[in-house]
Amino acid sequence: MTEKKKLRIATTSLAGCFGCHMSILDIDERLFPLLELVEFDRSPLTDIKHCGPCDIGIVEGGVCNAENVHVLREFRKNCKILISIGACAVTGGLPAQRNHLDLSSCLTEVYLTEPGLAHGHIPNDPELPLPLDKVHPNHEVVKIDYFIPGCPPSGDAIWKFLTDLIAGKTPELGHGLINYD
Amino acid sequence: MVADASVRMAELDPILGRYARDPGSLLQILREIQELRGCIDPATVTYLGSQLSIPRARIEGVAGFYSFLHLQPHGEYRVLFSDNITDRMLGNQQLLEAMCHQLWLQPGKVSEDGLVSIDMTSCTGMCDQGPAMLVNGRAITRLTLQRVQEIAHLIRNRTPMADWSADFFRVEDNIRRSGPILDNKLAPGEALRNGLNIGGAAIVDEIKKSGLRGRGGAGFPTGLKWEVCRNAAGTVKHVVCNADEGEPGTFKDRVLLTRQADLVFEGMTLCAQAIGAQHGYLYLRGEYRYLLEPLQAVLQRRRDGNLLGKSILGQADFDFDIEIHLGAGAYICGEESALIESLEGERGIPRNRPPFPVTHGYMQQPTAVDNVETFCSAALAIQMGADAFRAIGTEKSSGSKLISVSGDCPRPGIYEYPFGVSVREVLQDCGAVNTRAVQVSGPSGICVAEHEFHRKLGFEDLPTAGAFMVFDDSRDMFEVARNFVQFFAHESCGFCTPCRVGTSMLKQTMNKIADGHGTQYDLREVEHLDHVLQTTSHCGLGRTACNPVLHTLRHFRPAYENRLKSLDFEPGFDLDGALARARQMTGRDDAGAHLKTEEA
Repeated sequence: MTEKKKLRIATTSLAGCFGCHMSILDIDERLFPLLELVEFDRSPLTDIKHCGPCDIGIVEGGVCNAENVHVLREFRKNCKILISIGACAVTGGLPAQRNHLDLSSCLTEVYLTEPGLAHGHIPNDPELPLPLDKVHPNHEVVKIDYFIPGCPPSGDAIWKFLTDLIAGKTPELGHGLINYD
Repeated sequence: MVADASVRMAELDPILGRYARDPGSLLQILREIQELRGCIDPATVTYLGSQLSIPRARIEGVAGFYSFLHLQPHGEYRVLFSDNITDRMLGNQQLLEAMCHQLWLQPGKVSEDGLVSIDMTSCTGMCDQGPAMLVNGRAITRLTLQRVQEIAHLIRNRTPMADWSADFFRVEDNIRRSGPILDNKLAPGEALRNGLNIGGAAIVDEIKKSGLRGRGGAGFPTGLKWEVCRNAAGTVKHVVCNADEGEPGTFKDRVLLTRQADLVFEGMTLCAQAIGAQHGYLYLRGEYRYLLEPLQAVLQRRRDGNLLGKSILGQADFDFDIEIHLGAGAYICGEESALIESLEGERGIPRNRPPFPVTHGYMQQPTAVDNVETFCSAALAIQMGADAFRAIGTEKSSGSKLISVSGDCPRPGIYEYPFGVSVREVLQDCGAVNTRAVQVSGPSGICVAEHEFHRKLGFEDLPTAGAFMVFDDSRDMFEVARNFVQFFAHESCGFCTPCRVGTSMLKQTMNKIADGHGTQYDLREVEHLDHVLQTTSHCGLGRTACNPVLHTLRHFRPAYENRLKSLDFEPGFDLDGALARARQMTGRDDAGAHLKTEEA
């Protein structure tokens, strides 16, 4: 009997807080049956730095800087199915609160007006990714196939979503897995 | 200081007194204060709260809902350009820019000296004589560059509006074709006497027999509505005339209220007799503020003639009077239950239905809400008799219909036809040539393309509230749809998420396509959004908001496809441009400081 090929999953966190990744870990002991079905490519769990061809990509956080754009494009290029997970990925979330401020006034406030940071200049090292003028949800930058709302979505919601997807079913988060307040 | 403030507040007392400090009249009170003061400042909100014994959150909530009410100063002169597609086609954008330039002003901002602000507003109902604007709520028509410059000059010199040329404010009726409604020469009270002779139950029967259906767009049988209302439990009942003519491209009610106000009130009074109502309300859209005094004069004349008031025409138990309420710039208040909320002084948010207004309307009491033209037709049906009325029009659409023609044609204005007239006949009558499409019944209606011009206006085929906007072959139907989508996003009341978010997403997607970033993916997203809006919105606004896009996609898909990139997906904004600010702040211009928009 040939062993069924495992699905490859990659995950990353862009402008997020890793809370959604913590929630992925909240599927707890079900990680073991999950690992029977999938293997992880690039992910904070594996520390693999770049993504190879994958079946599923899971992106936490929205897009706030140039590096986020590169990572998101790498995921889109390599993943057959790309999922935005959590409020920041889906809507921009908390980081998007800066969208009603002008970027230059943010940078001025942090690096020039407030004492103690960066010796009085705005960091310009080419190593550092430049911030975009606004924070965007991922689907405004690349095509996203599925969305898992929540801040963060519960471990149960993530489990249900992934197992549906792996089983070839259109994922449905019913009552109890999505909360509206 | 304190003395000043109390003097300032004292000038509000006559207004409060007139409305008996009734929180139910909050909208009317706010509207009058705004007219007096130019805005409703925080001190006024505090004072109103104490006088009306309501929390300031409620006052700010109502003031914040209506476009024409302001919690901050918007300048001594508040200029609003009408932004219907017909105004755009006549160059309103260039006129706005010229005026802003002349007054050294950015659109939407108040000038530093607090003198003036200039912005856009939804259709003001002057499409046959546009481009149009409102200055401090007063309609000004037939704008030209010269007229706009004159107005800017008057504003800069702080000339009081009373001293402006009367020609600015002249509103033409532009009646191009008349019929039984516009030609009627009924003496005030004539139809009413007929009604009183036959009695309430017979009026309902006669209206039912006439086959009259509502003229506001939905086409509900008027006789049935009146019958249910007549039979509804309760002794206090209301008649409401919906004159919140907000559907872009519609202006027939404006003309009826100008030319046939008696017929409107006659119809309302007949309805009162039929259902047993004591109170009537005309809900007049804020854009038609200039009609308030003339209409009040008509009401007073009718009271003097014993056609309103106590014991009308000597009938001992028939007391009925009509008040006029003004709206304040909210399209959604054309929806009958939102209109009733607004009458009660609340935010205009549609109610859950059922129960319907016929049993639980104004103040939760039985209420018949009908369109201006419906009341005119009802009075006519009583006067001429159900059979004669039914002989006009078609089998399922009896009577005549006023059509508001605007757009690309040499003779825009009001045309009254028996139901059943074809789109082509109307186009011929208004002199339109090389017509590409007609938007029937406004943005929420139907876009009819050339191969469908044989279709007939009426409930059997093309139901219409009256708007008839003509687009010739020089027009880009994508831009037409985009204007309508912007309209719905602006006018969504914000109560339900599918409509509040969905109309904005639709607007963003249309803007994305307009900016050249659209793909086939976005067209599919539009279709998906339509499904969500149609199936989950709380009221008709959300359900119809996708129509302009769906209809133009069906008939004019290349207008969209020409703008698409061939890629499967494009970002919704200029990625490299989004780094420009950070490049400027850091002085960087290395390769890492740039993003290519297209994948290599």
